Amino acid sequence: MLQTDEYTINIGPQHPSTHGGLHAEALMDGEIVKDVAVHLGYVHRSVEKIAESRTYTQFIPYAARLDYLASNLPCLGYVQAVEKLLGVEVPERAEYIRVILGELSRIAAHMLFVGSLAIDLGATTGLVYCLRDRERIMNLFEMTSGQRLIAAYMRIGGVSADLPEGFITAVEGVISDLPKMVKEYDGLITGNEILQARCRGIGILKPELAVAYGVTGPNLRASGVPYDLRKADPYGIYSRFDFDLPLGSRGDCLDRLTVRLEEIEQSGRISAQAVKDIPEGEIMGKVPKVIKPAQGREVYHRIESAKGELGFYLLSDGSEKPARLHVRAPSFINLMVLPHISRGGKLQDIIANIATLDPVLGEADR
Amino acid sequence: MERLILDIAHLLVSWLTGRGMAPVWADLLLLLLQWGTVLAIVTLNVLILIWLERKVSGFIQERLGPNRLGPFGVFQTIADTLKLLTKEDIIPTQTDRWIFKTAPMFFIIVAVMLYAVIPMGQDMAIVDLSAGLLFFISVGALSTICILMAGWGSNNKWSLLGAMRSVAQMISYEIPLAFSLLGVVMITGTLNLGEIVKAQDKVWFFVLQPLAFLTYFIAATAELNRGPFDMPEAEQELTAGAYTEYTGMRWALFFLAEYTNLVAVSALMATVFFGGWQGPLLPSWIWIIIKTYLIMLVFMWLKWTFPRIRMDHLMSFSWKVLIPISLINIVITGIGIKFIQGMGW
Repeated sequence: MLQTDEYTINIGPQHPSTHGGLHAEALMDGEIVKDVAVHLGYVHRSVEKIAESRTYTQFIPYAARLDYLASNLPCLGYVQAVEKLLGVEVPERAEYIRVILGELSRIAAHMLFVGSLAIDLGATTGLVYCLRDRERIMNLFEMTSGQRLIAAYMRIGGVSADLPEGFITAVEGVISDLPKMVKEYDGLITGNEILQARCRGIGILKPELAVAYGVTGPNLRASGVPYDLRKADPYGIYSRFDFDLPLGSRGDCLDRLTVRLEEIEQSGRISAQAVKDIPEGEIMGKVPKVIKPAQGREVYHRIESAKGELGFYLLSDGSEKPARLHVRAPSFINLMVLPHISRGGKLQDIIANIATLDPVLGEADR
Repeated sequence: MERLILDIAHLLVSWLTGRGMAPVWADLLLLLLQWGTVLAIVTLNVLILIWLERKVSGFIQERLGPNRLGPFGVFQTIADTLKLLTKEDIIPTQTDRWIFKTAPMFFIIVAVMLYAVIPMGQDMAIVDLSAGLLFFISVGALSTICILMAGWGSNNKWSLLGAMRSVAQMISYEIPLAFSLLGVVMITGTLNLGEIVKAQDKVWFFVLQPLAFLTYFIAATAELNRGPFDMPEAEQELTAGAYTEYTGMRWALFFLAEYTNLVAVSALMATVFFGGWQGPLLPSWIWIIIKTYLIMLVFMWLKWTFPRIRMDHLMSFSWKVLIPISLINIVITGIGIKFIQGMGW
C-alpha cells in the first residue's frame, strides 16, 4: 500500500465561492473532509465600536451595512431597538411601510441565496435569472430611498420619506409575479437532477444540534424547528398578518433551499396583506430633536432577519451616543455548525454547505 | 466547389514538380502546408468559438454578451488574446519548472494531432490511417497526462486535486467512449474514418446505434472536461483546478487546447454518428463544418444549463451506468449483425 497522508486546504479567504472573506480551513483525506475550521474576521469593520462614536441617528447607515443583501432588515432592527430605548410610538403607516420593505428585503436576500447556491454548484445560468428578478425589488428600494443595495430608509420613529407615487402598484406587480418566478427557479434550479443529487442528504443539520448552537432563521426551520420571531415574539405589527412557516424535514441542503423558496412566497403573502391594509397618515412619530436616552437604560431588541434572529443590544450613558452596541449576528452563529455538517462529506459538499448556510460576512464579522 | 480544396492541392503539387522539384519533396511540402492550414484553422476557429460561446451563454442568460468591439463584438476575443499575450509570464518558484512549462505545449500538440485523421470532406483526411479511430482514441487519452503534468508541476494543492480528479475522470470515461464506438466498428468492419463515413450513405449511425450515441455523447462531454463534468477546473470549489498557477499565454494555451479538443470530438461525433461529410447540395467540407458546429452548440447549451456533478457521483455513473450500457450495446449489435447475416439481407 502507498503511504497516504492527510492534508489541509484553505478554502478562502480569496476564493470564488465563500461569499466574501470567509476562510474555511479543511483537513482532507483525499476528497473526504475530516474536519473544517472556520476562521472569521476578514471583513471586520468594528461596527460596534463605531456606534460608540456616532449619535443614535448617525448609526443607521452603518446598520444597513451589516446585512447588505437585505439592508432594510438590520436598519429596522436597529431603529426599533432605539425606539424601545426611548419609548417612541411609531405611526401606523410607517409600520406598514416597514413591513413591506422588510419582507421585500427578505425576498431579495432569498433570491440571491438561490442564485448563489446555483452558481456555487456550477450552474452559472441560475444566478442570472435570480438576479434579474431581484433587480425589480432593488428598483423598488431605489424608488423609496434612492439607494438600491444599502438603503437607509428607516428612521428612529418612522421612515425617512413617504412612499412615492406608483410604489404600491409596482409592489403589487412584483408580488403577483412571485409564484411565476419561483416556478422558474424550480424548473431551472431545484428541479435539476444533478442539483438534487448534490443537495439531498448533504450537510444534515440535526434539530438538536441546531438548537444547541443557536442556529436561527431558515436554517433552523429547514431542520424542522418551527421558530420564527415574527410568530414567536412578534415585533412591530407582525401579529396582524397571516402567514405560514415553511418547515423542512431532513435538515439537508435541499431543505434549506426549498424552505427559502417557500419563504419567498410567504413573504409575498405578508407584503400583499400590508399593501392592502396600509392606512394614510403620518410617517414619523414624535421623536425628540436630540436623542438622549436616560442614563443606564439598556435594551435588547431582536427581529427575524433574512438570515435568522438579528438582535441589537443598546446601553445608554445619558449622552447622545450609545455607550455600547452589540449585534447578535445570525450569520456568525449559523456558520459555527459548518464543521459539524461538513465532516465526512466530500470537498464539494463544503461549498454546498457554505452556500446553504447563507452567511453574509459583513454581518458575521461586523 | 466540391473538389475546390483538393484541386488547389493538386495544382500546387503539379506546379512544384513541374518546376523540377522531386515528388517526395513536393508531397512533404504539401503535408507541411496542410498542417499549417490545420493550425491556422484551429486557432481562428477557437477565436470564433470563444466569441460564440459567450454569445450563446449570453443568450441563455438573457444578456447581450460581448457587443463593443466590432459588429456583435466579434473582435472581443482578439482583444482578449492580445491582453493574454502581453501579460507577465509568472512561474511560481516552487514549481517543477520543466514540467510546468511543457504541460501546456504538450496539451496543445496532442489536441492538434487529433485532426490528422478526421475526414474534413470527401477524401480530405490529412492522413488516411486504416486505424484512424484507434489513433483518435489513443491520442485523445494523452491529454490526461498533460493535465496531470500541469497539476503536479504547479506544486499547488488545488492544482493537484484538480489533476487527480481529471485523471480519475478521464480514465473512467475513456472506456465507455471506446466501447461506444465499437458498435459502429462492428457494423462497418473498419477503423478507417473515411470508410465509416462512406458506410453511412443510406442511414446515419445514430439511428442504428442510439445507445452508443448517447454513451459517446456523455463520455465525450466528460473527456472534454466541459460542464457538467468540468471537474479539473471546477471553478467554484478548486478555484481553477489544474490551471490555477498558470497565467497569460500559458493559461491561454490550455484554453486553446480545450476548445481544439471540443472541435475535434464534435467532428468525430459528426463523422461517426451523423454521416460525416455526407449531405445534399452543399460541398462535403461545408457539411462537416455545419454538423460540427451544431454539435458544439449542444455542448454549450449543456454547459450553461447544468450544475456540476459531484466527483463520486461522476465515477459511479461511469462504472455503474455507462460501461454496462456500452457493453449491452456491443452485445445487441453483435446479435443484430448475426441476425441480419442469418436472414441473408
